Amino acid sequence: MAELLLSAQKLTKRFGGLAAVNDVSVDLWRHHIHAVIGPNGAGKSTLTNLLSGDLPPSSGTVMLGGRDVTGWSPEKISSQGLGRSYQKTNIFLPFTVWENVRLAAQSREPQAGRWLRRAGQMASVNGRAERALELAGLQSRRHSIAGTTSHGEQRQLEIAMTLATEPQVLLLDEPLAGMGVAEAERMVALLLTLKQEHGLLLVEHDMDAVFALADQLTVMVNGQVIASGSPAQIRADAGVQAAYLGEEHA
Amino acid sequence: MSSAKSNLETLPRGVQVALVLGLIALLAFPFAGTDFYTQMVTRMMIMAIFAMSLDLLQGVTGLVSLGHAAYFGLAGYALAFLTPPGEPVSLWWSLPVAVLASGLAALVIGFFVVRTHGIYFIMVTMAFAQMVFYLFFDNKVLGGSDGLYINFKPSAELLGWVPFDLDGKRTLYYVTLATLLAVYAFLRRLLWSPFGRALAGIRVNEHRMRAMGYGTFGYKLAAFTLAGSLAGLAGYLWGAQTGYINPELMGFHMSAHAIMMVILGGMGNFAGAIVGAFAFEYLLHVFKDLPTLEVLGNVNLGKHWQLWMGLFIVAVVVFAPRGLLGLVERFARNRQGDTDQNQDQSKNQNKGADHG
Repeated sequence: MAELLLSAQKLTKRFGGLAAVNDVSVDLWRHHIHAVIGPNGAGKSTLTNLLSGDLPPSSGTVMLGGRDVTGWSPEKISSQGLGRSYQKTNIFLPFTVWENVRLAAQSREPQAGRWLRRAGQMASVNGRAERALELAGLQSRRHSIAGTTSHGEQRQLEIAMTLATEPQVLLLDEPLAGMGVAEAERMVALLLTLKQEHGLLLVEHDMDAVFALADQLTVMVNGQVIASGSPAQIRADAGVQAAYLGEEHA
Repeated sequence: MSSAKSNLETLPRGVQVALVLGLIALLAFPFAGTDFYTQMVTRMMIMAIFAMSLDLLQGVTGLVSLGHAAYFGLAGYALAFLTPPGEPVSLWWSLPVAVLASGLAALVIGFFVVRTHGIYFIMVTMAFAQMVFYLFFDNKVLGGSDGLYINFKPSAELLGWVPFDLDGKRTLYYVTLATLLAVYAFLRRLLWSPFGRALAGIRVNEHRMRAMGYGTFGYKLAAFTLAGSLAGLAGYLWGAQTGYINPELMGFHMSAHAIMMVILGGMGNFAGAIVGAFAFEYLLHVFKDLPTLEVLGNVNLGKHWQLWMGLFIVAVVVFAPRGLLGLVERFARNRQGDTDQNQDQSKNQNKGADHG
């Protein structure tokens, strides 16, 4: 089996009496896409926030690249090799598309704090940003103000920014949300490309895309994992069918 | 795109030309004006340095400090304490020490305040500044409410050689102008550095910055400390010019004036802070000199200068949300638009980004 990049064990997050995430374990290998699915309120986004450091878990551990990163801040987890994109587009709207990606790439520069160097002339940063922009297919929009681009382009930009931080693990929260058919097809192709180098943890609603993409699926309902396995196993799982997939996927 | 968080970072050609003309006027001014006006413009330039230091926080990083005057005043006090009773102190070591004192205070206070956000940041910066204010106000040893006199201007003597003498009003004017230009050049450079870009990123979306791996606490603390140090530089010059320092310089009003200057001129590009400081100080002068109206029962218009200033600032905020500099930019763009209808604004902005 490929290299284990991310391993979350028995993660629990309680808000007061409610366990939004309850005893959830997820593993992610390089060259794999692991999709987490579940109905609204299943705790998928909370799980994402636990893995990225936006929320500290109530209990459980997160191992990233062989290190225990449980309770680390988002910036330290990012530096350790996890890049996340957001369900609600979370970019720098007044900046150009290029500056969005460049700023993401700059975060990997040890001298990012320099005061007197010209930010636009750092060759390594520009190279990294250029690669990310190209992978996401946004070269033609580089000069546009991010806030003026289309919804689909902003979703692409989300991914480009995540890529520019050169992560090992990509944690993508509903990358297909609100996309048109053509845009979604492009994105699916992009995700398959990214799989060749990274490990992808995908939180997604779009069932067709999930079953087309994922090597492994985890189904969450009410904060708990009710099934985990290959797409074929999940498709055959009676509990999942009852809880989530409904008639048409049965 | 005029989103609330977009700044006029790249100065359009029209603004650049206006700034160069302004610089020429400043260079020539002492030969045209009287000593009184030379001193007044020196004071304006000192306030411009102070406003620029605040703009680094307010306009660039998005941190509105309502206690920035504390660092301004501290360096002035440092000069007062460092000046011996019977002779001047050397500029060459008292200036760095005073600036360092302000920077150190900003570092310590910043360590606590930059953890807070939004309205809390405003309140906590003000609370710390009020603590500093009352520390000096209530302690006779520190000058108390009367403040302290600085009887000698700092001496620029270096091993027997005197390059310039700050007692000369014109000399002090040009030294202040040179300092203003140096601080402006430094901050403009900083704005386009990796550090400056990161600060702008923090203003727009701190959450995403952290998710991308930026330790935003360190960046904000560095900005806060640097802004405090530069405010100290202005405060030192103020002390040197006026020869007198009192707690009011660290007070709430002083901090609020600096915020108004930055808003008045236009945030986030430092040129706006300079324009705002000059406009504010000039209007202060004009409004305070308003006559007493004998009709309406002897209303002293000048006494109510704050009312006129308030109305003026409201008008600027309503009609020119990006400040006076934004007005110049809009005027320049309209004229350009007449000749070139198909001008692509975003392309234009990006081209400009190469020559900050």
